[in-house]
Amino acid sequence: MSSRLSSPNIQLNELGKLHHFLTLEGLKQHHLVEILDTAESFINPNTNEIKKVPVLRGKSIMNLFFEPSTRTRTTFEIAEKRLSADVSSLDIQTSATKKGESLLDTLWNLQAMQANMFVIRHAQSGAAQFFAQHVAPDVHVLNAGDGQHAHPTQAMLDMFTIRKHKGDIFDLKIAIVGDLLHSRVVRSQIQALSILEAREIRVVGPKTLMPESPEALGVHVYHDMEEGIKGVDVIIMVRLQNERMTSALIPSEKEFFKLYGLTEARLALAKPDAIVMHPGPINRGVEIDSAVADGPQSVILEQVTYGIAVRMAVMSIIMSNAAQLTQYKTEQASLELDENSTLKVNLEEK
Amino acid sequence: MTELNINVDTLIEEICAQLQQKTILSQSPKMIGIRTGGEWVAQKLHEKLAFSDPLGVIDISFYRDDFSKIGLNPTTKPSDIPWEVDDQHIILVDDVLFTGRTTRAALNEIFDYGRPASVTLVTLLDRKGCRELPFQADIVGMSLECNKTIKVTGPEPLKVTIVDPATLNSKEEIA
Repeated sequence: MSSRLSSPNIQLNELGKLHHFLTLEGLKQHHLVEILDTAESFINPNTNEIKKVPVLRGKSIMNLFFEPSTRTRTTFEIAEKRLSADVSSLDIQTSATKKGESLLDTLWNLQAMQANMFVIRHAQSGAAQFFAQHVAPDVHVLNAGDGQHAHPTQAMLDMFTIRKHKGDIFDLKIAIVGDLLHSRVVRSQIQALSILEAREIRVVGPKTLMPESPEALGVHVYHDMEEGIKGVDVIIMVRLQNERMTSALIPSEKEFFKLYGLTEARLALAKPDAIVMHPGPINRGVEIDSAVADGPQSVILEQVTYGIAVRMAVMSIIMSNAAQLTQYKTEQASLELDENSTLKVNLEEK
Repeated sequence: MTELNINVDTLIEEICAQLQQKTILSQSPKMIGIRTGGEWVAQKLHEKLAFSDPLGVIDISFYRDDFSKIGLNPTTKPSDIPWEVDDQHIILVDDVLFTGRTTRAALNEIFDYGRPASVTLVTLLDRKGCRELPFQADIVGMSLECNKTIKVTGPEPLKVTIVDPATLNSKEEIA
């Protein structure tokens, strides 16, 4: 799933570790496993409680949401606060961008306010990448969703939820159902599942809501809902993104529910212990029936809680990598100094 | 290479004997071990003293003062104190008391859970003379000079080896 938006290496530092978190594309399995394992360390296994820790004390994180968000923005803020960072959330609707300030000018001004990290959501695909290319070398950018491109922390919290319930991902059959064309979440989920070597990734939906040649993503394509979810371990429902649809791609929401809505009867076709996920916000009666959304197999609200731990993990890993890089450079510099002085001694001896 | 194996069981007995002379044992104390070595020592003490409340375990990785230098410890696990800390008498157990920085981190973490009535610090081994912060243990299994290096492995068998630093391989972990 290569695209011009994501020359992926901009998000890795000289040591091959995460410096920004823009997309899952180009990341290795160990990057993802590190995020999942670190997220685990923030959650008390007995109580599911996520405690506040002083890891990012004194670090300044700014949340720039150019597009509305409830879950992502709030869980990012909570995650930042649980890491003891100093948090500012910019309400873009009332900010200077409305007065004609360019994006980059806004960014540089915020950077001058000594931000260490930006969390960015933007309707434009590639926005986070654009910011990452223009920030100072010691400033980090996290993509909280850019257009139809990527939403990597959402995909990681989905992987975390799956791993919590089902163990290792490589043994699982997973079906992603709904509006796959407009969904940055689905793109990131497919990348994550591929990197983690899921046994089978299925995408289910009408042709009009599929990207061109979805098979190229390494997924199995189903246009029939019943066929698509038969025997799977995990069903991920995706919201119909009316706000991104420029033309009528489905006859009506009612019709969509009839064909692709997840009902209890359909859920029975999956494995008996299958879990039902949804990145939210859910449209009850459009892509998912209330009985399923609130039912025993639904882990939708757990996803939200785990989103805090996963975002804490990504942010602390990035700051940790930065610390290790600085330390590495200091050591390299002192090694060079040593070599120089040894050289000098040798010369003097001669 | 000069290595000296310590009889851990004797030290555990010694610590229990010392604890029994303290009033804290009559105050229904609760115990916390500091991961990893301290947890192993605490498990032994907890069993020997037959405490009824479960053992608490804290991982101080997120509380270290050198995050900005070395970053996260990749093997960090969640802390778990399965009871209220407020107003409790707590026995805090570590394997080796060295610079005192781990103790500082552990106390900070405990206080993020609540306000204990008291904290009694127990250490299996005390490397004397290398303290960087003003902490002393209430109960010490054995004291050593600072220039000795200690390797603790566990949980079963819990083994402590004292290594002469002159012969230590630099890649070996130093507690």
